[in-house]
Amino acid sequence: MFSKILIANRGEIACRVIKTARKMGIKTVAVYSDADKDALHVEMADEAAHIGPPQAAQSYLIIEKIIEACKQTGAEAVHPGYGFLSERAAFPRALAEAGIVFIGPNPHAIDAMGDKIESKKAAAAAKVSTVPGHLGVIENGEEAARIADEIGYPVMIKASAGGGGKGMRIAYSRAEVQDGFDRAKSEAKSSFGDDRVFVEKFIVDPRHIEIQVLGDKHGNVIYLGERECSIQRRNQKVVEEAPSPLLDEATRRQMGEQAVALAKAVGYDSAGTVEFVAGQDKSFYFLEMNTRLQVEHPVTELITGIDLVEQMIRVAAGEPLAITQDGVKLNGWAVEGRVYAEDPFRNFLPSTGRLVTYRPPAEGVHDGITVRNDTGVYEGGEISLFYDPMIAKLVTHAPTRLAAIEAQGDALDAFAIDGIGHNIPFLSALMAHPRWREGRLSTGFIAEEYPDGFHPRAAAGETAHTLSAVAATIDHVLNARKRKISGQISGTPVTFDRRRVVQLAGEGGVQLQSAEIDAIDGGFQVQLLTWGGEVTNTYTLLTTWKPGDLVWTGTVSGKPASVQVRSIPNGVALAHQGVAVKARVYTEREAALALLMPEKVTGAGGKEVLCPMPGLVVSIAVTPGQEVKAGEALAVVEAMKMENVLRAERDGTIKAVHAKAGDSLAVDAVILEFA
Amino acid sequence: MKEILEELENRRGVARLGGGEKRIDAQHARGKLTARERIELLLDRGSFEEFDTFVQHRCIDFGMETQKIPGDGVVTGWGTVNGRQVFVFAKDFTVFGGSLSEAHAQKIIKIQDLALKTRAPIIGLFDAGGARIQEGVAALGGYGEVFKRNVIASGVIPQISLIMGPCAGGDVYSPAMTDFIFMVRDTSYMFVTGPDVVKTVTNETVTAEELGGAKVHTTKSSVADGAYENDVEMLLQTRRLIDFLPLNNKVGVPEWPSFDEPDRIDESLDTLVPDNPNKPYDIKELILKTVDEGDFFEIQAAYARNIVTGFGRIEGRTVGFVANQPMVLAGVLDADASRKAARFVRFCDAFEIPIVTFVDVPGFLPGTAQEYGGLIKHGAKLLFAYSQATVPLVTVITRKAFGGAYDVMASKHVGGDVNYAWPTAQIAVMGAKGAVEIIFRADMGDPDKIAAQTRNYEERFLSPFVAAERGYIDEVIKPHSTRRRIARALAMLRSKQQELPAKKHDNLPL
Repeated sequence: MFSKILIANRGEIACRVIKTARKMGIKTVAVYSDADKDALHVEMADEAAHIGPPQAAQSYLIIEKIIEACKQTGAEAVHPGYGFLSERAAFPRALAEAGIVFIGPNPHAIDAMGDKIESKKAAAAAKVSTVPGHLGVIENGEEAARIADEIGYPVMIKASAGGGGKGMRIAYSRAEVQDGFDRAKSEAKSSFGDDRVFVEKFIVDPRHIEIQVLGDKHGNVIYLGERECSIQRRNQKVVEEAPSPLLDEATRRQMGEQAVALAKAVGYDSAGTVEFVAGQDKSFYFLEMNTRLQVEHPVTELITGIDLVEQMIRVAAGEPLAITQDGVKLNGWAVEGRVYAEDPFRNFLPSTGRLVTYRPPAEGVHDGITVRNDTGVYEGGEISLFYDPMIAKLVTHAPTRLAAIEAQGDALDAFAIDGIGHNIPFLSALMAHPRWREGRLSTGFIAEEYPDGFHPRAAAGETAHTLSAVAATIDHVLNARKRKISGQISGTPVTFDRRRVVQLAGEGGVQLQSAEIDAIDGGFQVQLLTWGGEVTNTYTLLTTWKPGDLVWTGTVSGKPASVQVRSIPNGVALAHQGVAVKARVYTEREAALALLMPEKVTGAGGKEVLCPMPGLVVSIAVTPGQEVKAGEALAVVEAMKMENVLRAERDGTIKAVHAKAGDSLAVDAVILEFA
Repeated sequence: MKEILEELENRRGVARLGGGEKRIDAQHARGKLTARERIELLLDRGSFEEFDTFVQHRCIDFGMETQKIPGDGVVTGWGTVNGRQVFVFAKDFTVFGGSLSEAHAQKIIKIQDLALKTRAPIIGLFDAGGARIQEGVAALGGYGEVFKRNVIASGVIPQISLIMGPCAGGDVYSPAMTDFIFMVRDTSYMFVTGPDVVKTVTNETVTAEELGGAKVHTTKSSVADGAYENDVEMLLQTRRLIDFLPLNNKVGVPEWPSFDEPDRIDESLDTLVPDNPNKPYDIKELILKTVDEGDFFEIQAAYARNIVTGFGRIEGRTVGFVANQPMVLAGVLDADASRKAARFVRFCDAFEIPIVTFVDVPGFLPGTAQEYGGLIKHGAKLLFAYSQATVPLVTVITRKAFGGAYDVMASKHVGGDVNYAWPTAQIAVMGAKGAVEIIFRADMGDPDKIAAQTRNYEERFLSPFVAAERGYIDEVIKPHSTRRRIARALAMLRSKQQELPAKKHDNLPL
């Protein structure tokens, strides 16, 4: 076994690999760019080597720098993680020349699976079910159309070297094939420098299901069940699970055996993933093979109990697989939510900046439920614009799918992040989405269910009750403290009305709920009332919430619940299961008077953005006609040697830009105008 | 006896209706509450003791003798906010438009006198049409008496003015003399002369909102300390503010149990100051992570945002915070920021509220606009305010403390009791580049020499250690322990005793 390995990666996956290495008693070396010198993976590793400037192309992607770091630190093997150099055959070759072991498949296997056309040929040869299509290079649009006619519509035109949705076109008719072919070709050329494209049948309502395989250097290959990754946004996986709600045992075995056959055919000797596209009828077709550890590997680990990184390290060290196919048992259900620094309220624009708050839910196993959070960041750290905006992978495991989904929802609700926009509200809403809960999935799920983008769910039913009750407990705790302020006049002590009115304002308007609250041992009893004063619901809330806590955790009538809590004037902003409300708890009198208050249209703001001080324009981030959201950066002005970012005070469209980079402006000079 | 009691109830009922149902409805239609409704929300339930319910004006001119309404346009009395005694007067717009008569003024004066005698805060709710013109000079006399009392009480009891409707002419000067003014957006405005007079005199066409709305006074004129969306939000937030304020200048700050450990460590502060010295960061994050439970009541949040002022608590006790804001104008001190902070510091000092100052200041803002605008005198106000403060002063320099601005920002030299610096602090006369260009002017033609000298200067002076060597900094502390350090310092300083020489009063550079 190795005594020291280097992880040629960053972020959560570097941390993930370090954890297993540490468990195995192996010393670790991290590499880092300038942007990552304070990163978590650097702190976690035993040693760290600096490999260059922030841009990946000048640091994490340079093979020589990694090898140099290995030599400096005496690392015997390299784990590539995913992305970066993980699927470049040149990397293991260069490592081998330097006498360093690559913790991953051999370069021949990477080569064989790296090209979409080549890999399909190999799959077909290994009798793996493939999508009907033409695997050869297609010369022109006419030929493409002829092939499409043969296969039957709709068809997909895809770049041979492609990935991530680039260079992909769907065509429903002959005419669309012609057009799509040209565009796919030019996109492929510009994105990958390789304009080869091919045509294949397009599966309607497809699901993305993939098989995890594991091989060793002794010719053994096993499969570790499947993962379903149908919840995707623009071809980026968002939520993954294992097993798939679609598959039955027979299909699973069929897919697994085909995946193993393919892996054996190419001499695969590490952890890898064979991706399939599946029809709703459980038909499945080979898509591609990923010759690396997948982002979503933890769901497989949780249902199999197998540490994939450990297995990768062991087989790389030449050990034969200690697990047989019969020894692989799938147990329970696991769900992974990818927490991204993407703002769902701004069309999932990446959000960079400082993690003012970063408090993931507690990890561990409780009552048969596992919460695991793979992350590479920490509170006070920076989400940089140079890399993937993933903050964490939150994984939950439970005996059943629904329990795993519930656990995921709870864990998301308990995950506090401030300072940047993030997709937790979206993930949390997803976990409550009936179609997801029923497992009726397809890769079009998000596009179909959120055609106009994401909006928080309206508070209704049990969720509204829970939020009202939670708000009442928060109000109660705050009031109890107010009663203890010093300097009170003698006589009657201050009391607060037992009867409260909870106002929830959010998507779908404002709602009022009458409630009465009493403190009980370890928590509160909240009764919800009709306006006539009749009790409709009684909830027992047990919690240790105290002022300043960003998450209310506890149980609501026995059911665990977590609610995000942030202070707002005279109330709290609450978020729970994708519902976001402003909650204010009033006395009946206050509520009655509050009803007299006019509704206001917010966000007027000035039409001009003025230079706040004499300074130099460093950059202008917008162009006339561009739509911007409140908070978006408009321009950067330097003064007193400091860069000041001017942000939009409201949503709107830019009418005109009056300044350019390099301009020296006086105070109140107009920089740009809103329409 | 029963009839007599009934008669009292009847009379009270009439008084409570003020200007009558119709006018109450009109008030509601404007999105405003009535004087009595406002008092109800401001005070603890059932705690209001009304005075002078039956006072009426004595005017007999212009037919006024036939128009009499008990209360005469202002509701006065006292009550409690979370059990603590406060005095209140609320202009009643439904009665003579809330206009001030001699009798109306006498009601306010009575409350002002009692507030001062009992050393309890007074809150004025403004929503009125100014002086009652029918009374003429008697009304003006009333104003003067109110103003005089505002001034006598200044620095003895907190005085808060809530502008909840029109407030014009003579009405504006009572609020102007109080400690805090808050306004309701869209339904309140304040000006000395209204749009009509402006039009006549200067031919300038302007709306009431443009002339004196909440936006103008919270962002441009700095007359108001904050603005709220509506009456309810304002009144409940005023309760929150009162929870921070001492009842008077002798009793000290209020205290309540804190749910936040005073020795709480916050590792994330170790990365607050960016590596790049030209990159801004949000000083409010430091404030929010330092105070109890992240609860911070900001004063003048929308004005001179290059400095942050407001109240928080440490160990459940009120502390005033002043902090340069690198996010806005690099945190520079200009005339507006100096005045804003100076006023806040003087309020805290007057009411025995300890002050914590976070410093990251690149200096005073250069330029003709500032110099012509009297930066010297305005900057001096802040220097003066800190120098005369005798309350506990704890200062933490997080990054830059350059030039005269270093001295001003509660440095050791002007009275800082405990002065800390983060390891990222740079305490110097100026930045390295500027300094080297002056000291080594002769070498300006030699970029290598200049670069080397710049490095030398940075190493030597752009750190907290030169200042620490001289004892100007008591200790260089780790950012993550800032709350613990401040809490300990404040605990130690609780018994601070400092007297300035007896004088009639100082001569603040106005």
